[in-house]
Amino acid sequence: MSQRQEQGSRGATALVERPGLLSNYVPGGYFDEYLGLGDATDRSVRALLSRIDAMDPDILRARAHDAELELYNFGITFTVYTQKDAIDRILPFDVIPRVIDANDWDHINRGVQQRVAAMNAFLGDIYHDQKILKDGVVPRDLVLSNPNYRPEMEGLDVAHGTYVHINGTDLIRDDEGRFRVLEDNGRTPSGVSYVVENRHLMLRTFPDLMNGLPVRPVSNYGQKLHEALCDIAPQGVSDPVIVVLSPGTYNSAYFEHIFLAREMGVPLVEGRDLIVEDDHVWMRTIRGPQRVDVIYRRINDDFLDPQAFNPNSTLGVPGLMRAYAKGTVGLANAIGTGVADDKAVYAYMDRIIKYYLDEEPILANVETNICREREGLQYTLDNLDKLVVKPVGEAGGYGITVGPRATKEELEACRQKLLDRPDNYISQPMIALSVCPTLTGDGIKPRHVDLRPFAVTGRDTWVLPGGLTRVALREGSIIVNSSQGGGSKDTWVLE
Amino acid sequence: MSNLLSRYADAIFWLARYVERAEDLARILDVNETFSRDSQGAQNWQSILRIYTLAERFREQHGEPTADAVITFFTLDDSNPGSVVSTLGAARENARTLRPLISTEMWTQLNIFYNRVRAMSGDELSEPRLARFCATIKEGCQTHTGITEGTFYRDEGWYFYRLGRNLERADQTTRLLDVKYHMLLPSVDQVGSPLDVSQWNALLRSAAGYHAFRRIQPSGMTPADVAGFLLFHRRFPRSVAACIADVDTQLHELRRSYGLDGGAAALERLDALRARLSEATIDVIIRRGLHQFLDDLQSEIGAVTFDLANDFFGTRPVQAAQ
Repeated sequence: MSQRQEQGSRGATALVERPGLLSNYVPGGYFDEYLGLGDATDRSVRALLSRIDAMDPDILRARAHDAELELYNFGITFTVYTQKDAIDRILPFDVIPRVIDANDWDHINRGVQQRVAAMNAFLGDIYHDQKILKDGVVPRDLVLSNPNYRPEMEGLDVAHGTYVHINGTDLIRDDEGRFRVLEDNGRTPSGVSYVVENRHLMLRTFPDLMNGLPVRPVSNYGQKLHEALCDIAPQGVSDPVIVVLSPGTYNSAYFEHIFLAREMGVPLVEGRDLIVEDDHVWMRTIRGPQRVDVIYRRINDDFLDPQAFNPNSTLGVPGLMRAYAKGTVGLANAIGTGVADDKAVYAYMDRIIKYYLDEEPILANVETNICREREGLQYTLDNLDKLVVKPVGEAGGYGITVGPRATKEELEACRQKLLDRPDNYISQPMIALSVCPTLTGDGIKPRHVDLRPFAVTGRDTWVLPGGLTRVALREGSIIVNSSQGGGSKDTWVLE
Repeated sequence: MSNLLSRYADAIFWLARYVERAEDLARILDVNETFSRDSQGAQNWQSILRIYTLAERFREQHGEPTADAVITFFTLDDSNPGSVVSTLGAARENARTLRPLISTEMWTQLNIFYNRVRAMSGDELSEPRLARFCATIKEGCQTHTGITEGTFYRDEGWYFYRLGRNLERADQTTRLLDVKYHMLLPSVDQVGSPLDVSQWNALLRSAAGYHAFRRIQPSGMTPADVAGFLLFHRRFPRSVAACIADVDTQLHELRRSYGLDGGAAALERLDALRARLSEATIDVIIRRGLHQFLDDLQSEIGAVTFDLANDFFGTRPVQAAQ
């Protein structure tokens, strides 16, 4: 790894012997995105490693600083509001890319397509015949009393049977390097703007790193999304008026909304720009009201239409659900998709795939014990000190018991909760995330990463080659969220 | 194709106005520094508070208008919505909502510029450096204008941008003239005195008009000459008449090119304003009272803005077409 046969023309400085940047790099027993479980085998990955190894640490750091400054100046930021001020923050950017070789990508690509197909089949079924409930594959109450289930969608037909037009699948890699699904995001997954902007940034600031490597492009995301949205225009509309609907400039993902509108060349509207009249959706323009055919909405179901859902919402469009039900406007994603990416339903995803597609899951779930089932509960109770126990109804990590780190009292309390309400819990083994070389204050070190590939579905499903790689910048941490010391990397899918 | 959203038209119009306003405010602060010294060298910063009708607000918050306090109030005080930093902040907020529409370069420059001004400390504008601060602001605003000229897509939005910029510029030129009016109420014995002449000279320079003025009038300078130039000269880009003529032309073209019904009320008002500017003579205006004339112009410009908002910016409830 410390060979530096490349870039022989670096002049006099190349003669000074200095240990390579990666000479002390040790993945520490985790699966490594560059080295696997041993050493890199892919030719491009090896080439990339020797380029990184040969870099001057001070120059690398200076260039990394420039890259982050550029993100700030370009306004590729999210806004944090305090009582007094609005502060623009960037998602910290690590300049060492994550690489995915062609075989692994083929696997992910097929696996994500399969998962999206299963989610759409599931949603179509539960909002129509509910066969899967009748056959007892998924418990009836788990679906029908789920807060994300929308009875308003019952019996409604959606174009091409597609409910989840934009999907983000959170993947991790276990100790042996197998990709596993940690979570599905079938409502309004965000992060794709960083995928594309991170690439632009790398091309501007580190063209030498990518030079000559067969990295698949990501810049056609907007075009693919536009095609999918055209696919779901109301019948008879050939050149649909498409808009992106945002909660507004105060939303922390506002930059992404801008990005999406720009990439597609369509207006970025807010609820106040739209009205429903005569069961059609119109937007307010300088020429008066104009018909809107397709809405890519980045507002959750709850806030989308105060007449149908949360009556206190001021972000939404009164009457939108009515127009949607009449088929005069296409919505992406459809209403009521949250029931398919729910934690409780996630546990059944392997079975859902088999039920609708008669296929084995290509991307397996993280092994999950369903405590409402006798075996799952027994196994969980027997192995409490080794498992992570999660309530299914909560979001944001509330109510989780991490067995190996819990005290005796905490384990006992958890046992009691499980016995009282087993149907409210699932359990999973402790997960080890793979690592990737990352620039830290202390040189290049292994840090844990995950991956969120994005799938776009109109008539067919297309998966953006790559995805958002999030990295836990703190040593040892497996929490990749930006609010807790997480950053992102460019993700290179190799041909 | 989508038509321009009303909210976007509104934001473009105000983006242009706020940037123009920040530039002109820097010009006014610059010229006021020259004016505020009377023949004894004493300072008077009250006039600038008066022309923006902020004297009372200032007194409530800050007490006596000392030079330093007034300068801070108009430059870096973010609690004053009329300060340079607040004005640029408003421009940036509008640009933020317009990011899907404007060029990346427009956004980036304004974002960096605003963040730079916001990070400035009072040390950077204590009096010897006020001129440099004003130069920085002018330059940042002009960079914006240049980038916009060179990169902004020329559809309906471009018209609204020019409407905003020129309406604001016309308004601000009337205020620039008003500073002088407030400083030296025309007392007969002072007209033509060395101090008086040097101040009119400075006024012209602050509007970047001194050399243009000299081209049409190689020697001599009376207050009437300068006021007439700033109000009526057709070829000077900051004169009220030139700005109003441009607004009138742009609005005609916008309506024709895009087949818009809106804007009729504003046009009627603009045509009348244009006629009034071409018929008036500076001597008559000065005799009747320059301040009153400037006041009238300002309220007419406000009325044009109101008409545009009514027709284009969605301030009226929308009725869906059938």
